[in-house]
Amino acid sequence: MSAAPDISPATARASARTSRLSRERIRSAWLFLAPMLIVLAGVALYPLYRTIWFSFTDASLDLLGEARFIGWRNYLEYVDYGNGDGEWFGLLADSRWWRSVWNTVWFAIVSVSLETLFGLVIALVLHKKFPGRVWVQAAVLIPWAIPTIVSARMWAWMLHDQFGIVNDMLQRIGLIDAPVAWTASPETAMIAVIMVDVWKTTPFMALLILAGLQMVPRDMYEAARLDGVPPFRLFRRVTLPLIMPALLVAIVFRALDALRVFDIVYVMTPNTDATRTMSVYARENLFDFDRFAYGSAASTLLFFIIALITIGFIYATRMNLEGDER
Amino acid sequence: MTAPAWLKTTGFYTLVAIIVIQALFPFYYAVLTSLEDGQALFDVNYLPAVFDLSNYRSMLSDGVFGKQIVNSVFVATVTVIISLFLAITASFALARIRFRGRGLLLLTILSVSMFPQIAVLSGLFELVRAFGLFNSLWSLVFSYMIFTLPFTVWVLTTFMRALPVEIEEAAIMDGASSFTIIRRIFVPLLWPAMVTTGLLAFIQAWNEFLFALTFLSTDAQRTVPVAIALISGRSEFEVPWGNIMAASVVVTLPLVVLVLIFQRRIVSGLTAGAVKG
Repeated sequence: MSAAPDISPATARASARTSRLSRERIRSAWLFLAPMLIVLAGVALYPLYRTIWFSFTDASLDLLGEARFIGWRNYLEYVDYGNGDGEWFGLLADSRWWRSVWNTVWFAIVSVSLETLFGLVIALVLHKKFPGRVWVQAAVLIPWAIPTIVSARMWAWMLHDQFGIVNDMLQRIGLIDAPVAWTASPETAMIAVIMVDVWKTTPFMALLILAGLQMVPRDMYEAARLDGVPPFRLFRRVTLPLIMPALLVAIVFRALDALRVFDIVYVMTPNTDATRTMSVYARENLFDFDRFAYGSAASTLLFFIIALITIGFIYATRMNLEGDER
Repeated sequence: MTAPAWLKTTGFYTLVAIIVIQALFPFYYAVLTSLEDGQALFDVNYLPAVFDLSNYRSMLSDGVFGKQIVNSVFVATVTVIISLFLAITASFALARIRFRGRGLLLLTILSVSMFPQIAVLSGLFELVRAFGLFNSLWSLVFSYMIFTLPFTVWVLTTFMRALPVEIEEAAIMDGASSFTIIRRIFVPLLWPAMVTTGLLAFIQAWNEFLFALTFLSTDAQRTVPVAIALISGRSEFEVPWGNIMAASVVVTLPLVVLVLIFQRRIVSGLTAGAVKG
């Protein structure tokens, strides 16, 4: 566009200077990005590539350097016993793996649903103006700030079968007759883990939903109030559709987080089939059972499951990443 | 006041009370337990019954725990400083300069923050060993970049985008270099955002467990979350709950204080990191 015939020499010079400037700026942009990109590549991309590579080898913990390529055998392999009999081996034929996939999915569905529900309630409360609101918000934030490990141990103590205060409370109000071994018995272990996760991450959910609520224009409520719309209808017809985008983002963030859950399960209910998640399964194989390659295969599968969900989400919401033309 | 309105108010404040109690009770109970010793530990109390500091004394006198706190502080602080330094220039480029592939780049950075840590664990383990960093705190400083860096870049980019274009135009016309613009214009304007992001990244690094569990092998090198996770007794009946709770209170108290002081900042930082995507 700069070569229009009627342009004066001065403007031409100025525009040449601008384009040189902008070229310089673009060059400096890459220069500024380079250190960050190099670190990210070193800490994320390369290790990911190595994990995937290890999953196709026979690597063991002490002999990483001597890993040989063995194809898909960590994932699935049919061993023929020669007498017309044979057996399937590998991750995809491992019932413990499928149990941990199921545990993880179940954990994610239940905990994220409960967190959304409670988060919504807390956000609606915090959205109202009342004396002491700031203090209530600070109190709500505290579970989020407590390290996961600490929450897991705090709750493990509160849920202790003999001396735990939760059993004591429930017995006092008559909900249970005898103490429950929350973390130890297979029927309740998952409930205990979900309880702690919900307690710890609901604040995060509540804050994200609250931010969505605060973007709804006030006069919208004012108009509805003047028209005499009942509060529940108002919530369902006006508030909910308007906060839906924020709610969806929050749910997806939490779901991705829940699918990689490790800390709570590892600390509260170690070595239980009832709660073993994909991450716990992978780490167990990597470092405790000395099946490094097999554990890498589990990590790789977990990665692809999460990647698929992420890509699907980004595609579905068509996130505006350029940040302009809004 | 009419009866329904009165009822409504009561109901609302009951709900508020329930929310506050459920949020605070576990920590309150941990403090309560940490102040009990011996037999008192095994009686369920709802209100403070004894005041006994012996759990704290035994935790802190044992020496290793003090060292572990120093480890945690060191790792979290160094991680935050390095990520902020790398992120401020990177987010300047991402927020203020138009170039091809910017959207894709942001997308990549965002997706790295969604990486499951376990997916890079084998590869990182190999790297850490190859660099001779196994059982060194630097292995954590390095590996924590995987979650602090995308997060700080993302949040600082959102903050920087919100600033008007005019503030740098004059400087560009004066021929100031981009680096000068960052140092003279953006850092002074952005320091509140940097404090927020730094604080959130600090909390993330302070609380991290999986890498710390995997890359450190001796007690004296461990960070506090791992130390607390590994405290156990010889049998299920000898788990020193009083000590565990004392240690938990010690590592959590600073965070609780930070949350109370920086509440508003934390809220704005968390939502900038997620909602504005």
